[in-house]
Amino acid sequence: MKTTNILISGFGGQGVLFTGKFLAYEGLLENKEVTWLPSYGPEMRGGTASCSVIISDTAIGSPLVPHPDILIAMNLPSLDRFEDAVVPGGMIFYDSSLIERAVKRTDVKAFGVPATKLADEAGMSTLANMIVMGKMLRESGLFPHDTIDRTIQKVVSAKRQNLVELNRKAIAMGYEL
Amino acid sequence: MADKVLMKGNEALAEAAIMAGCRHYFGYPITPQTEVAAYLSKRMPQIGGTFLQAESEIAAINMVIGVASAGKRVMTSSSSPGISLKSEGLSYLAGCDLPALVVNVQRGGPGLGGIQPSQSDYFQATRGAGHGDFHMLVLAPASVQEMASLVFKGFDLADKYRMTTMILADGTMGQMMEPVSLDMGEVQSYDKSWAVTGTQGKRRHNIVNSLSLLPEELEQWNIARYERYHTIEENETMVEKFMADDAEIVVVAFGVAARVARNAIVAAREKGIKAGLIRPITLWPFPKKQLRDAAKHAKAFVSVELSMGQMIEDVELSIRCARPVLLCSRVGGMIPTPEEVLAKIEEAARTGGDEA
Repeated sequence: MKTTNILISGFGGQGVLFTGKFLAYEGLLENKEVTWLPSYGPEMRGGTASCSVIISDTAIGSPLVPHPDILIAMNLPSLDRFEDAVVPGGMIFYDSSLIERAVKRTDVKAFGVPATKLADEAGMSTLANMIVMGKMLRESGLFPHDTIDRTIQKVVSAKRQNLVELNRKAIAMGYEL
Repeated sequence: MADKVLMKGNEALAEAAIMAGCRHYFGYPITPQTEVAAYLSKRMPQIGGTFLQAESEIAAINMVIGVASAGKRVMTSSSSPGISLKSEGLSYLAGCDLPALVVNVQRGGPGLGGIQPSQSDYFQATRGAGHGDFHMLVLAPASVQEMASLVFKGFDLADKYRMTTMILADGTMGQMMEPVSLDMGEVQSYDKSWAVTGTQGKRRHNIVNSLSLLPEELEQWNIARYERYHTIEENETMVEKFMADDAEIVVVAFGVAARVARNAIVAAREKGIKAGLIRPITLWPFPKKQLRDAAKHAKAFVSVELSMGQMIEDVELSIRCARPVLLCSRVGGMIPTPEEVLAKIEEAARTGGDEA
């Protein structure tokens, strides 16, 4: 019986909610119990948006994630706000091209990914989130590698199938770092 | 779980309404329920239904009265301040004995309050939805699945008893996504020979009206309505129990508070405290009997609410104050943590609920 609490946070527009949705779909397609809870309201219009995802083998009680096992921080305010909340032994993934400081905690595993820089260089500047996710999937072993393609197909809306390949490329880029 | 899809609570609720045969929706945007209207604005035109964004909440509820009078399934949704505006219409729906489904995705109050989740409209929903002696059936979903299934059931109950069903949700239930099965089963049909649909000159006309200037008649209308309410209390009460059968500390919570309480109960059991949950699914009718029965083995009760303490009164009344009832609450859009609920359970176990 395993439960993984994930918190994803960043600027509105960095794809924070989409990143969470991808993970929730991974869980659904792997027959896990899942919850996805977004922040909503004024902070989504310019400020910091966040999203709580829980993936579990058993029924999920509270959908809130006050103490994440995995934190994805896409900007400095997110790391400042949530670094101390991560459980000891947990993992922090952060965009090191936007966050210049290092993770202070020594009892967690921290992975800096220069995601925004890599995404810009590859001409897919809106997909920094998926590069960080690729790294997270690799390091956490949360889902088998061969489940990723299937989930991308499911999550990217039918109207935007041209983005399937780009998402695949972004995740692979992070996965292979 | 292959047949399940991920949906937001607000969207699952809206789709379930369509599946229940609702083809008329009148609303007005307000966070955190706006997705209900947004979803139905896309779906209703696809299936020949009516989506209408009214000029105000008051207009929307009066449009609901119109469609309900014609015997069609109809829904409106809002959040706390908007429900207050609908108050007059809710009373008229009751006075006219009309079936309707009204959704309140609650936010913090009073006044404009905030936009984060709350359960502080409990009194309004169960006691004071409007003027006069009346009740609504009040259903409290605690998952996205229930946001769908209770809407489907809510339409049935409304038709069966000719009254308003209110879905009393909160911002968390509206905004979160969970896997949901939309296999809702068959739509039941109910006798609606009372509806005002035109006589074609073949029968005496029906009247839908809440006005009676004869006190003897109006008294009888009220008495008949309360006989119906009594039948509902006997037959339609719904609860979910979790580790409650041998519980010495019985937690009572609904909606998101029940989800949080579940974590705390698992933690309490790990510490050797016999805690359990009784989750009212119907807030009216309130599960009085289930709580009275639980009082036989419980030392104390804990009411977990996102209000300053509203449902706790129903818990105390249900058990006739036979056991102490402690309150664990956060308000204003805050949600109690599992640790806070656990601390209250431990306090109840330690003191038996008696105040120091």
